[in-house]
Amino acid sequence: MAALNQPLADLAADLTGPAAARRPSGLRASQRRRLNAFRYVAFIVFGLFFLLPLFAMVRFSFEGAKPGTWSVAAWTQIVSYPGPPPLLSSIEITLELAAISSAVMLLLVVPTMIWIRLRVQWFSKVMEFICLLPLTIPAIVLVVGLAPIYNKIERYNVSALMLFWAYVILALPYAYRALAAGLAAVDAKTLSEAARGLGARWPTVMFRVIVPNMWQAILNSLLLTVALVLGEFTVAYLLSYVNLQTNLFEISRSSENAGVLFSASAATLLFAFALLLILSYVGRRLRRGRP
Amino acid sequence: MTVEPDRTRTGVEVQMQGLSRSYGTVRALDNLDLTVQAGELIALLGPSGCGKTTTLRLVAGLEDAESGTISVGGRDITRLPANKRDMGMVFQAYSLFPHMTVQQNVAFGLRLRGMGTAARNKRAVEMLELVELATQADRYPHQISGGQQQRVALARALAIEPQVLLLDEPLSALDAKVRAQLRDQIRRIQLEVGITTLFVTHDQEEALAIADRVGVMRAGRLEQLASPTEVYSRPASAFVAEFVGLSNKLAGTVSGSTVTVRGQELPLVDTSTPAGSVTALVRPEAVTLASDSTGDSGPLSGTVIATTFLGATSRITVDLGDTTILAQLGTSEATELPAGSRVTLTIRPDPVLVSAVETAASEE
Repeated sequence: MAALNQPLADLAADLTGPAAARRPSGLRASQRRRLNAFRYVAFIVFGLFFLLPLFAMVRFSFEGAKPGTWSVAAWTQIVSYPGPPPLLSSIEITLELAAISSAVMLLLVVPTMIWIRLRVQWFSKVMEFICLLPLTIPAIVLVVGLAPIYNKIERYNVSALMLFWAYVILALPYAYRALAAGLAAVDAKTLSEAARGLGARWPTVMFRVIVPNMWQAILNSLLLTVALVLGEFTVAYLLSYVNLQTNLFEISRSSENAGVLFSASAATLLFAFALLLILSYVGRRLRRGRP
Repeated sequence: MTVEPDRTRTGVEVQMQGLSRSYGTVRALDNLDLTVQAGELIALLGPSGCGKTTTLRLVAGLEDAESGTISVGGRDITRLPANKRDMGMVFQAYSLFPHMTVQQNVAFGLRLRGMGTAARNKRAVEMLELVELATQADRYPHQISGGQQQRVALARALAIEPQVLLLDEPLSALDAKVRAQLRDQIRRIQLEVGITTLFVTHDQEEALAIADRVGVMRAGRLEQLASPTEVYSRPASAFVAEFVGLSNKLAGTVSGSTVTVRGQELPLVDTSTPAGSVTALVRPEAVTLASDSTGDSGPLSGTVIATTFLGATSRITVDLGDTTILAQLGTSEATELPAGSRVTLTIRPDPVLVSAVETAASEE
């Protein structure tokens, strides 16, 4: 991006003269070049920081039994894992968990936030505090608190889908931040007053005036919730439920091939990437034609 | 705008009685009584915090009155929620729904009223024709200019055929030229539709140009409610005189029904003013200047120190020795009096308003 910007900015400077080129950013050309150089360096450093471990993980998963040889055994063993439960069923459960958690999250948080914004503004600080609280509680503490409740639930012999209660709590801070940013970008007060004046009842104001203007934020919070559920291990493992992550962990443990741990992790990551890409593509398609 | 008010008005009367509203310790509205006659356009004018917007929001139902009643066409609507009040409102901030096209925006209120698609689209197009924006029907709000957005907002407000039109500084975000055009357009449409209208503004020129009557507000109360000409030429208080138009503040002495200002006798607006020293408020256009070559140094001669060009007229600041005075003249006259020229001035004997010297000082 920065690489593209610089020649364009130079071209603009040539066309409009030095004064016009300076005006937008208020920076001199030399300052801007330095800023761009900084951008490159930061981008490369952080890129390496994220990509190197991933690269190492994938590389290790393809290593053969003897040093210097290559094999896909670690990858085939994921699929051939007999269970219980088989890998496909844990994928299904995780996807269902992602869907349920996202739906509950949105139904719970979106109307509440809009209502607070429009009608009980003084409560917004309390809401923010409650929503951000899960960030400050370590997963292990959360599990200790949740365990007695889940012990009771287990008596009714319900599936791992019951994890959604915990996942909604875990995803709350991220979803809240995304939605709050989206809501802040909408002049909700004026829009709601205009709609009220035209005869709209409160539900109409909420779902036909405010919500359609925060699709982007809703999609973002959806992506974050799904990403969190796809990557969740601690709570599921400690409460002894099987989801994709705990299943992959079991596969890697029961296999003699250490590479399986890494192929399984890489597979999860790829799976999550693919799913998130699909979600954001669908989101873009939905928004097409809108401002 | 010099359109004669349409006397075949179809609007309804809006009556406010004893309206009060506080925010914390601030009394935004203090026992306001105001009747807007059927089809009339009243402009509420005043500085920020004077209660004009609060009045509008109470009528719209966007805020609740602490006491007092509002009735429209004889029906008490004080406790009615905003969505049942049947008011059309245009806001200062751009309030079009960003996710709907211009036409969908205009049709929104009709859709809520259960009107069929064909009928509401037809009506939306009619309304857009009224504000001369029918060609923009399929655009989104962010694709049209601020002035156009406010016109669409007006069309949207009028589409539901409201009983009352409420305009909350709809022009203040626009630039000067668009503002004057849209102001005239609003007035034309208001007269055409004959709808009872409350127009809130802090711009005195706007208020005087558009309204049947102007209500000047201060600290939650109406200082004066009268026709634009009367508010301008016979202000009810020093506050009104100073808020509406410019005034020179000159020392004077009241005796009987006249006030003597710099040796010139002027009639008083309020002839019951007790005799004594006062501050007289003299409009710049009541001051005429003539070039003076005699070098006389009477109380009415001075030196031009600055000229502000306003287009057809110019405003000249004259140094009188002990004070300065503003005079407003035709630009051609003003060009004959460059800075430094000696002038004698005459004050046209229009009735003037005076305020006691102490009050004027404490209001500074």
